[in-house]
Amino acid sequence: MKFKQKDVLGLEGLSPQEINLILDTAEPMKEIMTRDIKKVPTLRGHSVITLFYEPSTRTRTSFELAAKYLGADTSSVTVAASSVKKGESLRDTARTLEAMAADVIIIRHSAAGAPHQLARWVSARVINAGDGAHEHPTQALLDMYTIREKKGGLQGLKVAILGDISHSRVARSNIWGLTKMGAQVRVVGPTTLMPPEIDKLGVEVYHHWEEGLRDVDVINVLRIQLERQKKGLFPSIREYTQLYGLDQKKLQAAKSDVLVLHPGPVNRGIEISPDVQDGPHAAINEQVTNGVAVRMALLYLLMARGEQDEVPA
Amino acid sequence: MKYLLKGGMVVDPVSKRVDRLDLLLEDGEITAVEQQIEAVGAEVLTMDGCYIFPGFVDLHCHLREPGEELKETILTGTRAAVRGGFSAVACMGNTNPPADSSSVITFIKDKAKEASFPVYPVGCATKKREGEEPSEIGDLVEAGAVALSDDGDSIMNGEVLRRVMEYAQMFDIPVISHCEDMNMTGAGVMHEGMNSTLLGLDGIPSAAEDVHVARDIIIAELTGAHLHIAHVSTAGAVNLIRQAKRRGIHVTAEVTPHHLCLTDDAVKEFDTNVKVKPPLRTRDDVDALIEGLKDGTIDAIATDHAPHRRDEKEVEFNQAPFGISGLETAVPLVWEHLVESNILGVVELALKMAYNPAQILGLPERVIKVGTRANLTVIDPRQKKPVRVDEFLSLGKNSPFDGWVLRGWPVLTIANGVRLE
Repeated sequence: MKFKQKDVLGLEGLSPQEINLILDTAEPMKEIMTRDIKKVPTLRGHSVITLFYEPSTRTRTSFELAAKYLGADTSSVTVAASSVKKGESLRDTARTLEAMAADVIIIRHSAAGAPHQLARWVSARVINAGDGAHEHPTQALLDMYTIREKKGGLQGLKVAILGDISHSRVARSNIWGLTKMGAQVRVVGPTTLMPPEIDKLGVEVYHHWEEGLRDVDVINVLRIQLERQKKGLFPSIREYTQLYGLDQKKLQAAKSDVLVLHPGPVNRGIEISPDVQDGPHAAINEQVTNGVAVRMALLYLLMARGEQDEVPA
Repeated sequence: MKYLLKGGMVVDPVSKRVDRLDLLLEDGEITAVEQQIEAVGAEVLTMDGCYIFPGFVDLHCHLREPGEELKETILTGTRAAVRGGFSAVACMGNTNPPADSSSVITFIKDKAKEASFPVYPVGCATKKREGEEPSEIGDLVEAGAVALSDDGDSIMNGEVLRRVMEYAQMFDIPVISHCEDMNMTGAGVMHEGMNSTLLGLDGIPSAAEDVHVARDIIIAELTGAHLHIAHVSTAGAVNLIRQAKRRGIHVTAEVTPHHLCLTDDAVKEFDTNVKVKPPLRTRDDVDALIEGLKDGTIDAIATDHAPHRRDEKEVEFNQAPFGISGLETAVPLVWEHLVESNILGVVELALKMAYNPAQILGLPERVIKVGTRANLTVIDPRQKKPVRVDEFLSLGKNSPFDGWVLRGWPVLTIANGVRLE
């Protein structure tokens, strides 16, 4: 099977077969990462630009290393969020990057839809590294990769996504991806952080952890943006932690071999207690490793498609 | 100049008749309406197959001058109006400076005179459109304002709105309300619902509109003033207005073509040309709007023409300004989607786009009769062509309808006796 997408803007637009292809391709990529010399020439001569309108450490570094391990040339453009209004417009930036013959543009933006607009304006391939509260497809792919690796598959698993669903692109991409792969997805969080009609995406909605986390195989804990509290979406950090912070007590509701994920960066002691974060159920650091592998797979499938069918040896 | 319009179907919103009649216009006045007119020296315009309406009135548009002449000017906006089949427009006062003083109203009237087109300015309800103190309403009316509104900025303080409405009554002009609880809107950029959830965009709940419609109706009842509700977009608002009319409250309402032809599904491509306030709503809302149009709850169709520069719209969705350039697509959109599908008849169209808007603003009655200034809109139902934003006369090319193939284009507009191209 060949990967036929020009861009990867979200998991909404990918088929289960395409998702499987990416996850399967990530396995040999992960093997490359364990070598002494972590470099293959597969994408030599290709240019990858990361265009980040939001601060990010792990996603950006992960993409850049993924591109470098595959032999591509990378370059990064950082745009401070504060200068968006007075600075160069996204459209003009797109024209500039196009003129520099970029092959792939990896964009993160606080505005939902910015990658989709960019993809219309450039002939380069576009990968969405997170757009507002819309999608973060590579995060969901690495989450699914991690679940698959730990649980042997995705079909039939009960997965709870815990926290601020409203403002989470990680939640949306995970919902798309996991439901397509046959997992049973539930979202758990306060009513004020639950977007309207989310149930129509095929998920169960819970507001209390006792029911929401009961017998689940996986808990994906979302980062809570502390500034939401000021907008009246929850009364205090303390109450949020009491009701939704994942600690040992709440963990008891889940299956005994529950897998705990978090996209990072973690607000230690707020959405997850330190003992759970550093405990045996959590796979937060492995997620980071898998993130590089999944992004290598994606870059490979996007850029080397048609040229090679075999994964590099 | 003498024109003889031969063989058109003349639509009369009062008698509710449609008759094949000839029209003779002399020096801008209608001098004969008969089955057969022969006139020596008149330029004959063959109207076979066309409908001749009393001149359409757009009671809600933005001409941007003074202050934002790169978006639109009174000249370009009124030329777009003519092309779009409108014989008069009322322009909102959210200019820079705002139309909160007689000098700005006079400026607009002067520019309109230069453009040879009837423009009826809407004066600001409050000073600087800040929603705090009523503007000099008497002076605005004296200068030519036909209605009061703070346009896109709802008057959030109910007490201020009450005093504006009370005071406006003395001058017999309507207060036009853009109904939106700004606190509930927050950072919203589209309708709140399934699609905003999918897209991760901040939503504007229907309740943000309904709450203010309810409040404004109650204040209209308290004061007895004429409340006109701009661009109704929700099923809830239609119900509230319907009930208010039954109770005898002096309330009128308008709807835009885009709220009748599009739903929030259109946002899925993140095209900023569909970003508009109030936001595009759901299929249920569109159905309620159509029902409201048919049963008379909604009196008028207005464009809310809101031209913006291309580069202003070529930005991220949440940063783009709200608004659709609507003057040049309103008539064919309504014809294609409402008349061709038998939702509205041509008499109802004459009511919604000519007679009622003129009544709401207190303009001369829009009927075709001898002895009146000629205000005519001629539509050719057989003309079928795609919308081409690049050919708009408006400076605002921000239309989501580019490429839509529509029937029923305006082919002749006569505004206050003047035939403009």
